Amino acid sequence: MLIALIAVAVGATIISGMVTVYREVPQQLGREFRAYGANLLIIPANEAATFDENKIQNVREVLSEHEIIGAAPFLYERLEINKQYILTGGTNFDELQKVSPYWQLEGNYPAAGEREVLIGAQLAKVFSPYEPSEIIGQEVTISAGEGTAMKKYVVSGIVSTGGKEEEFAFMNLDDLQQIVSKPNEISIAQFSVVAEGDSLKTIEEKISSGIAGIHPQLVQQIANSEFNVLSKLQVLVLLVTAIVLLLTLICVTTTMMAVVTERRKEIGLKKALGAANENIVREFLGEGCLLGAFGGLFGSSLGYLFAQSVSLQVFGRGIYFSVPIAILSIVLSIIVTGVASLIPVRIATAVDPAIVLRGE
Amino acid sequence: MALLELKNVSMVYNGKVRALDGINFSVEKGEWVAIMGPSGSGKTTLMNIIGCMDKATGGEVILDGIDLSDIGADKLTEIRREKIGMVFQQFHLVPYLTAVENIMVAQYYHGLPDLNDALTELKRVGLEDRANHLPSQLSGGEQQRVCIARALINYPVLILADEPTGNLDEANQNLVMKIFHELHAEGHTIITVTHSPDVGREAQRCIVLEHGRIKL
Repeated sequence: MLIALIAVAVGATIISGMVTVYREVPQQLGREFRAYGANLLIIPANEAATFDENKIQNVREVLSEHEIIGAAPFLYERLEINKQYILTGGTNFDELQKVSPYWQLEGNYPAAGEREVLIGAQLAKVFSPYEPSEIIGQEVTISAGEGTAMKKYVVSGIVSTGGKEEEFAFMNLDDLQQIVSKPNEISIAQFSVVAEGDSLKTIEEKISSGIAGIHPQLVQQIANSEFNVLSKLQVLVLLVTAIVLLLTLICVTTTMMAVVTERRKEIGLKKALGAANENIVREFLGEGCLLGAFGGLFGSSLGYLFAQSVSLQVFGRGIYFSVPIAILSIVLSIIVTGVASLIPVRIATAVDPAIVLRGE
Repeated sequence: MALLELKNVSMVYNGKVRALDGINFSVEKGEWVAIMGPSGSGKTTLMNIIGCMDKATGGEVILDGIDLSDIGADKLTEIRREKIGMVFQQFHLVPYLTAVENIMVAQYYHGLPDLNDALTELKRVGLEDRANHLPSQLSGGEQQRVCIARALINYPVLILADEPTGNLDEANQNLVMKIFHELHAEGHTIITVTHSPDVGREAQRCIVLEHGRIKL
């Protein structure tokens, strides 16, 4: 019986642990995926070049049920920097760091309210071919084009992204809007949202139908990767859970059959004393279910510790104890031991009470 | 009317092995009958049939007015529970239960276990001070007395004892026989199955089996 109890407890541990990990991993992985950049873009509708930056707030309201890691607005314009036309992005650098934490920075991001500019790594090579990093701290002149006022900006840092952004310059959104006289206008907003699988699609539809003047677009590559990883994880968890349940079932059935064989004489005696088959069924099923309940109780606690350890080691953050998962593990354990007891119980009811008279 | 009546009872296993053949006898209420015979004479088969653990393939068995030949397994179990108290040669006590708990097991299947009733039965067989001992802590004679107390707990109409002294020394054999005499004196109906002439002589009447038939 101890072996059966251990088997049930181990089964419940793995089930509880896997289900907890399965429930937590999408959220944790979602956060991990957010490190790879935005998964939702907001662009102007109807081929317009820009849209009102206040629409970002509307989008935030639509996303209220989801955790928003960051929402970075961008206005892209060609500016003359040191007499060269450079595509320049105006943005909110606090939000940018949340949306694109993978950007690697030498120096600092432009501070809010300061005349500072961030230069892409490729652009820095243009301005300072021999030692690109020497551009940091130097002044550059920026204007909207010929015949417009020229302003001096200090290069606060150089950014490497591995993408096109390395050819751009970046400055505070307000500054750029002021330079190009486009107050409150932005070209694009990048959102990083913690959302699983199909819910991003739902978000996209809600924004499309609910907010005029903008068009949502999923970053397919990231959304698909996220969806694929989570789908594979789901299959893996289901597979492992099914195998564990099956193994527990086999182990408990074997143990219960051994118990019935061992107690064959006792069963015969009870029947000789007048126990009906219902009594025998109740006793063995009761024992099985009690075994399941205790095993499930131990297992769900151990499973939580297992999931907690996985979460801490892999994602670096803890998880909460889930009562529904504990109850699910206990109920599943009871069901498994109940089912596992069916064959042994059938054998027990078939015991002939006359064995006690034959002295077997 | 007799408490137990067997009319032309036969038992054939697998259609060819005839264990009992044309058994006729009756046992009156309050009577003590011994069934005797050598090994293979059909004693155990007869005991199974009287004890409602098996059904005869031919004839009629009537216990306390109920024809056992016409009823199903569940009803047989119920009759066994309600009407028969069994004493076994090998005692068959549940090893992990104490003496009093072993008696309460029989109560449990009959109705509600009652500790006081169980202790009263233990006192009746002189084991009130051994109530909380496990079978392994009791002698063979004491175990058999617990077995007798268990057989009596549900007030059966028939006490069926299979070689009740078969595993006992002479002193314990005498003690157990004394209890049977007391029970008989109280009006209990007893059937003992034995191969021992000494035990058989204790009964009022002996029925001797040979090759599945009653030896006349």
